Amino acid sequence: MRRLLRGWPAVLLLLGLIGVWELYVDLGGVDPLILSPPHAIASTMYTDRSLLWSNFLVTAREVLFGILLAGAAGFVCAIGIHLSATLRRAAYPLLVASQTIPIVILAPLLLFWFGFSIVSKLIVVALVSFFSIVVTTLDALSAVDGDLLKLMKTFDAGRLRTFRHVELPAALPGLLTGAKIAAVVAVIGAVFAEQQAADSGLGYLFFQSIPQLLTARAYAAVVILSLFAIALFALLTLVERLALPWAHTSRGDRRR
Amino acid sequence: MPAKGEMETMIEAPPQEPRDLESPAGVRIEAVDRTFATRQGPVPALSGMSLRAAPREIVAVVGPSGCGKTTLLELVCGLQAPDRGLVSSEPAALMPQRDLLLPWLGAVDNAALALRARGVTRDEARATVRPWLARFGLAEFEHARPAQLSGGMRQRVSFLRTLLAGKPVLALDEPFASLDAITRQDMQGWLAHVLAEEHRTVLLVTHDVEEAVVLADHVVVMSARPGRAVAELEVAVSRPRKRTDPAVVALRERALEALGLGG
Repeated sequence: MRRLLRGWPAVLLLLGLIGVWELYVDLGGVDPLILSPPHAIASTMYTDRSLLWSNFLVTAREVLFGILLAGAAGFVCAIGIHLSATLRRAAYPLLVASQTIPIVILAPLLLFWFGFSIVSKLIVVALVSFFSIVVTTLDALSAVDGDLLKLMKTFDAGRLRTFRHVELPAALPGLLTGAKIAAVVAVIGAVFAEQQAADSGLGYLFFQSIPQLLTARAYAAVVILSLFAIALFALLTLVERLALPWAHTSRGDRRR
Repeated sequence: MPAKGEMETMIEAPPQEPRDLESPAGVRIEAVDRTFATRQGPVPALSGMSLRAAPREIVAVVGPSGCGKTTLLELVCGLQAPDRGLVSSEPAALMPQRDLLLPWLGAVDNAALALRARGVTRDEARATVRPWLARFGLAEFEHARPAQLSGGMRQRVSFLRTLLAGKPVLALDEPFASLDAITRQDMQGWLAHVLAEEHRTVLLVTHDVEEAVVLADHVVVMSARPGRAVAELEVAVSRPRKRTDPAVVALRERALEALGLGG
């Protein structure tokens, strides 16, 4: 209840901004084809609901599978880099360098290669999500207390058992933090990929709607994409709370 | 010197066996030097440090902060090698200063870590740990995570974890330093009780002179860095010991004097 109350300022601000937007379009003489007023976006969301829904499902699938792909690949990569100094020296510079190539350049080439299928979108989404997942997982792995590793040595634990019992569980909060960061950029990645080559998806619908002067529909797509990213972030936060409840209670304790 | 205290000792005091210092068992440290290279240049941690713990003996090492006590334990545990001198010890398990319990595990699984480290299955390890949890007054906290345990409970779980490593030597690094004064006294009594039944060679590093005298058979006093042994006191006081026992008080004063804190 108290949490709901704390959310009030944000809700009020949002409602206020929507109100200003509505008044600006209605009283400012702005052509609704240039800037749709909120009420028109809302009514479009209702009348176009089946169209928006079917396109949402396409984008949602790209984003979800893209993040899963990035999560799996990123986690494995981070573990490999953590366990092998050689691999770290070999792969880490490449990993950083890969992020300096703008996805704007990479995406059209990938789409040219893989075509209209979902594969091309998955790769773009995975590429934009991958880096944050590797970095946060690696950080969590290297944050493991050195004294704990010494302790495991006096318990005669081999490298693999130390990894399994001490480092692997410690890496999971890092993986989830990375996925939370990725969730937000993954949606952007999917929209971008759909702009390049697609025949469905909310991004595709958005870029189709603008030249057709279906401005309200374009805004509706944006609203849904944004809500989707927020929902994904919230979902991952919930997963973190439920699956790794210790990650929050213990951190404060360790800080002392 | 401790003659005055001797008169106060209880009648059921066990006969003192001579120290078996020639046995290869236990812990033997002779003229050990250990220097660390830092950015500011070499920092000697230990210089000419010697120490002997006969099998099943409890030896406390007291000294000022930063006198190389932790280094000493890491040498005994084989985590470091000396630059010079001899370190010979039966296999030793460490109990670190901070409890270092894994935040995602319940008490039972944290205490089982040393068993799991050797490849014992989870069910088997838990079955081994459970009776110990009951003995240590932690039965109801089997699945409580460290964040839900008090400081004293966490140290008990941590001690149990080291005990169950099954090594003949226990290297305890300031086990109660992080506890409040009342809990610390409580835990010292508890540890004395446990060690009376668990016959291990114990190396107890502490900066609490009273803790050393209450728990140990021998107290080794170290100098400031670079650390070396400057005094060794025999604690010929029967157990259970009381802090107020004049013999204990006298020994505490002697240890403080050796530390340069007497008077």
